[in-house]
Amino acid sequence: MSPISRGFRGRRSEAPADTARTPPGQYLTTDFPVLSAGPTPHTPLRDWTFSIQQAGTDLRTWTWQELLALPAEDVTVDIHCVTRWSKLDTRWRAVPIDTLLAHVDHHARFALAFCDGGYTTNVPLADLTSGQAWVAYEYDGRPLAPEHGGPARLLVPHLYFWKSAKWIRGLDLLAADEPGFWERYGYHNYGDPWREQRYAGD
Amino acid sequence: MRTIMLSVPGWAGHAAGQHLDVRLTAEDGYTAERSYSIASAPGEALAITVERLDDGEVSPYLTEELRAGDEIEIRGPIGGYFIWTGDDAATPLLLVAGGSGVVPFRSILRHRHNLGSRVPIRLLYSARSLPDVIYQQELDQADDGVAVIYTLTRQQPPGWTGHAGRADRQLLAEVAWPAEQDPMIFVCGPTPFVEAVAAGLVGLGYPAQRIRTERFGGAEGS
Repeated sequence: MSPISRGFRGRRSEAPADTARTPPGQYLTTDFPVLSAGPTPHTPLRDWTFSIQQAGTDLRTWTWQELLALPAEDVTVDIHCVTRWSKLDTRWRAVPIDTLLAHVDHHARFALAFCDGGYTTNVPLADLTSGQAWVAYEYDGRPLAPEHGGPARLLVPHLYFWKSAKWIRGLDLLAADEPGFWERYGYHNYGDPWREQRYAGD
Repeated sequence: MRTIMLSVPGWAGHAAGQHLDVRLTAEDGYTAERSYSIASAPGEALAITVERLDDGEVSPYLTEELRAGDEIEIRGPIGGYFIWTGDDAATPLLLVAGGSGVVPFRSILRHRHNLGSRVPIRLLYSARSLPDVIYQQELDQADDGVAVIYTLTRQQPPGWTGHAGRADRQLLAEVAWPAEQDPMIFVCGPTPFVEAVAAGLVGLGYPAQRIRTERFGGAEGS
């Protein structure tokens, strides 16, 4: 039971109108705030590749042009950042992870996304498949801006947004779960916003 | 701007640079939560410094309504990356603050003082004007080995001999430790500030993995 904060009323006009779409402890924003642990990398597209690896060994690699040539989807999803903002109806153009995984043969249960700048995040493979996750390269009809993860980021909207790794360069498929960057620094290993799994122990 | 001292029975302690979550609850059960950087050093009475945001929901309450003796709910400490422990005595620090981004650096500077550490630290602090500088008195009495360099972006007092204008590449080149000394760099402030400073530092040859950032965007808090 939380103590009442004497005199606190809150900004009711912006209280979530649609609680069915706003997870507990989140507030809606129309901004697109930026949070990253280090400088924004700028890899030239001619040097950019996306790789699916198994335990560190490349199974399949796509160049930027090859990625763009894959069938893509226009997806509209709600996103939820662990720092408590949620943004509804964000529009992306993105390649389904299912499409990428269809090109490789594997028996993995977990994935570690790896990125320019050294960022990593872990996601069970079951959360990346069945139309639940994408590699996104356009936001709101425009190329994804570098500060938001461009040229391409992972998009796993049903988990807190740190799982949607910016500047993604590939997925390492693993037999056993391995914590990523924030997961090693006190954040929850899975990160379900609807169960408010923000920090380790939630 | 207001610094709030929190008495937290059972607080497990924190590292310099970490933040905590504040949760407010209205009488009807409505809640709002935001994150704030911890302003006190490890081992000191816990304190946060809150900047009032006109369009904020939690910061106006914390800066104007909250009184001594009130109870609020907090959770933390949070974050294990944007921290300085003081264990590495050989590596100089460059701290670059934009506005209230100076708060976690106050914790780092006090921690250095309390440890009796001699780690060389330079703090480049970008503020709109001198009255906007937080902790000025404390910063102006910094220990030996700590240099505080201000740049005032909007308004400089008469006779101001410090820097004016943005923390651009030229100013960073002037202030930062030489890259050969392999400094550890922390940058904290609003997103455009952090983007520009981090990019400037990378452009000057500092390795990206030596630059740790904390940004606050359109959302309130850090």
